[in-house]
Amino acid sequence: MLSAIVFLPLAGAMVILLLLKDARQIRLWAAAITIVELALTLVAFVIFRTADYRRVGDMEMVEVYRDWIPALNIQYHLGVDGLSVPLVLLTGLLGMCAVFASWHVQVRVKEYFMWLLVLQTAVTGVFVSLDFVLFFVFWELELLPMYFLISIWGSGRKEYSAMKFLIFTLLGSAFMFVGILALYFSVGTFNMVELQSMSDGAQLIIPAGTIFAFLFTAFAVKLPVWPVHTWLPDAHTDAPTAVSVMLAGVLLKMGGYGMIRVAVGMFPSKAQEYAWVLAVIAVISVLYGAVVTVRQTDLKRLIAFSSISHMGYVLLGIASVVGMGGAVSSVGLTGAAMQMFTHGTITGLLFLLVGLVYEKAHTRHIPDMGGLAAQMPIIAVAFLVAGLASLGLPGTSGFVSELLVFLGTFPVWGWITALAVFAIVITAGYILWMLQRVFFGPSLPRFTNLGDATVVEAVPMVVLIVAIMVVGIYPSIISDVFKQGLEPIIQSLQQVVRP
Amino acid sequence: MTLHDLYLLSPEMSVAALGIVIILLDMVIGRKGILAAVSVAGLAVPLAFSVSLWQELSGEPNGQMVGLFNTLAVDHFSLFFKFLVIGILALVVMSSVEYVSRIKQFQGEYYGLMLFSASGMMLLAATTDLIAIYIALELTALPLAALAAFLGNSRSTEAGIKFLLLSAMSSAVLLYGMTLTYGFTGTTQLAEIFERLGTSSDATMPFGSNALFLGVIMMVAGFGFKIAAVPFQMWVPDVYEGSPTPITAYLSVASKAAGFAIILRVFYIAFGELSLDWATLFAILSAVSMTIGNLVAIAQSNIKRMLAYSTVAHAGFLMVGVAAIAAKVPVGETTLGPSGVLFYLVAYAVTNLAAFFAIIAISNRTGSDMISSFAGMGRRAPVLAVILAFALISLLGIPPSAGFMGKLYMFSAAMKSDLAWLVLVGVVNSAISAYYYLKVIRVMYMVEPENDEKVPMGYSPRIALYIAGLGILVLGVFPSPLINVAEKAVAILFL
Repeated sequence: MLSAIVFLPLAGAMVILLLLKDARQIRLWAAAITIVELALTLVAFVIFRTADYRRVGDMEMVEVYRDWIPALNIQYHLGVDGLSVPLVLLTGLLGMCAVFASWHVQVRVKEYFMWLLVLQTAVTGVFVSLDFVLFFVFWELELLPMYFLISIWGSGRKEYSAMKFLIFTLLGSAFMFVGILALYFSVGTFNMVELQSMSDGAQLIIPAGTIFAFLFTAFAVKLPVWPVHTWLPDAHTDAPTAVSVMLAGVLLKMGGYGMIRVAVGMFPSKAQEYAWVLAVIAVISVLYGAVVTVRQTDLKRLIAFSSISHMGYVLLGIASVVGMGGAVSSVGLTGAAMQMFTHGTITGLLFLLVGLVYEKAHTRHIPDMGGLAAQMPIIAVAFLVAGLASLGLPGTSGFVSELLVFLGTFPVWGWITALAVFAIVITAGYILWMLQRVFFGPSLPRFTNLGDATVVEAVPMVVLIVAIMVVGIYPSIISDVFKQGLEPIIQSLQQVVRP
Repeated sequence: MTLHDLYLLSPEMSVAALGIVIILLDMVIGRKGILAAVSVAGLAVPLAFSVSLWQELSGEPNGQMVGLFNTLAVDHFSLFFKFLVIGILALVVMSSVEYVSRIKQFQGEYYGLMLFSASGMMLLAATTDLIAIYIALELTALPLAALAAFLGNSRSTEAGIKFLLLSAMSSAVLLYGMTLTYGFTGTTQLAEIFERLGTSSDATMPFGSNALFLGVIMMVAGFGFKIAAVPFQMWVPDVYEGSPTPITAYLSVASKAAGFAIILRVFYIAFGELSLDWATLFAILSAVSMTIGNLVAIAQSNIKRMLAYSTVAHAGFLMVGVAAIAAKVPVGETTLGPSGVLFYLVAYAVTNLAAFFAIIAISNRTGSDMISSFAGMGRRAPVLAVILAFALISLLGIPPSAGFMGKLYMFSAAMKSDLAWLVLVGVVNSAISAYYYLKVIRVMYMVEPENDEKVPMGYSPRIALYIAGLGILVLGVFPSPLINVAEKAVAILFL
């Protein structure tokens, strides 16, 4: 099942490469593949959600091939738990949206859809790998499609941005690689489940604090948080719409996922020891991201900077792992995981809409726009929904995750959280101001002939809005799963908690 | 010298004999295209001898057959390199066909010299005596100098002269080192050197004594020339640029493989007792080679020069494996380091050959080695460009490629040997190298071509390219079979 989910897009990409020629065929084929993929991930999610025989800490749908590279004890090992299965679903969801968002790509269609599908394989692989080397393989594999997608189909300084993205991630993963090997030669396994229970307190060949810092750095670059965030605005601004959707929607989540499963999961005591560092970085990211966002005049860059702010909440939730009064609460971590999911859907939708607006209005410069709600009411409404969800309006998914993060973090880091909460106000400011400047006010004569979203364009919008509303109204559909997946991590945190 | 000695030497002898046959054949036949075919087909003979020797080895108690007055060892280690050199040679010959057909005369000599050099490389991996090592080294280097100068233009002649002079100088340094070693141990046999050192070393001084230390350093310098390690890399860019491109490809993988073979044998067998000292030496050389090779490669605009500096960086990566000896002495003996070197050499061979084969075809058409002349190759030559891009990605070390597995394996060895700092230097260098490798990919896929002419490629170079390209993928996804063979090959170093 999981192998099929991981490699279906890759197989689809190979078919595109070798067999298909016509642009229309390729589009339909890619759409078919991603719809099947979404169905598969949905099935996986439902199976996981409804199974009741599960024990805490167990992996589901495990697939192991032990003799991949026996000399180094590297196995082909896939499996999901409550932490990864919603992210797999998210990847399926956004993968499909990305294809629909790419309907108007005219240049080198074949390569484009091939890379888009390869990207989906790589990201899904990261979420379901349980062997650390396999995890790293998928982690690195994702770089190539991103590099090509940004630098060929992007805009502006696309080649510079693509290279910057690549070098940042490669440098980050260089540190992760050292950490992985150090763990292997200390503990003797690449199995991520075993490592979770064995790393902390084991005799390590380089100090545990150093390994933790290495792993944290790699994931922090990806998340990204201040001060290693600078690649993100460039990459987002210059990437084509669908790639922005994937980048904001799922690629950043690889960082958060790694941080929870690897950095915190494998080093609970180090995570507690350095939680204050995480909290400080988080609050700087949240506030810095928010303040810088206000100043943006490029619509896409604005959303990109808001991502930094929102990803700061993820880190803030993770920083709540310090026990209060001898008990570690799961609320903060669950909030962080929820924030990843909700940010994926909300920001994915925002980038999608920005892409549509740009395609029709041919500008992303906010001061040049105004009154677009009159010409494109559907897009305006969707934008409004996404914007309100982004600022955390109750009833949308954004509210749930941010609330959980603050609830979890406040008892531990009172003042820091109080500072971070202030960013909500700024967020409300820049989102509403942006909506007002772009969609409302007097409609401009030069925009009178613009059309609204077509059916194809509306598909991903509807899908994502449904996801946002469902999670907003009935959050436990996702949060229960996350909570259950985080249980073993909470338990190991509990064991090392300092009174 | 007995008949059995001849049998042990049969792969080398048959390669050299094949060289002579080719040169003679060249005089009598008119259709020169046959020469390459005969060369490739003829390689079946040494291959058959090597296979037969490999099978015979399983009957030997300690996995080794020694002959020729104890100077020649046939073991899995030396046979591994025989297979590797034969494989490289076959591919390079296949890819040379079109290139060589433009040279008016001496086509037979071109293939013949390559075969002579190959016999030297095969011999080099099998020798266990300092004097024999020297002879094998010269046998390797002299034909290569002639080949480097083969084009006869000023660039090529410069390359030949430079290679010859610096090769001679490094040989002199190497010989001096060997002399000092002989002076201290009274023997030229590697195994006996190990025994003598074991009884007389003074623990307080590096290598037991300063003079012996000097001797070992000189030997490192001599070998460092062959593998193009910093600071002995000065010849590399000019020779790589000036030589005929197939020879550059040959030089960059085969010569390097043979150099590492002899480094492993000399240092693991003769100086095993002193491993802590020379492992540090190699670790430092490795870090310097990686860093300097990569940084200088960034500035290159000629693809052959860029790959020349990249090869310097890869010599650095390979030395990580040499340095990763994990204190052969008491705890945690590991074969990961040397077997990692062997794996990486094969991975590097397929990768670099694929890259060069694609470059040969493209340069044949455009007549230029400048990176800018690769513009739009993604459209003009889709298959070539894909394989070249994949090879560059493998050099960079991104999965699923042979290069990634090689680095994973080698860095694992270093981590096991407590060389975490070296691993960090290595992976950061890999990240830096992304810049210049991707520069080529960028030009191929993102810059508009000057014209839309297709790039033609003959039958046999195409097969060679496909084999190498496929090798990158197979080793990147299923590395285990080769790892097992490499593990088996290096067992002899740990007896």
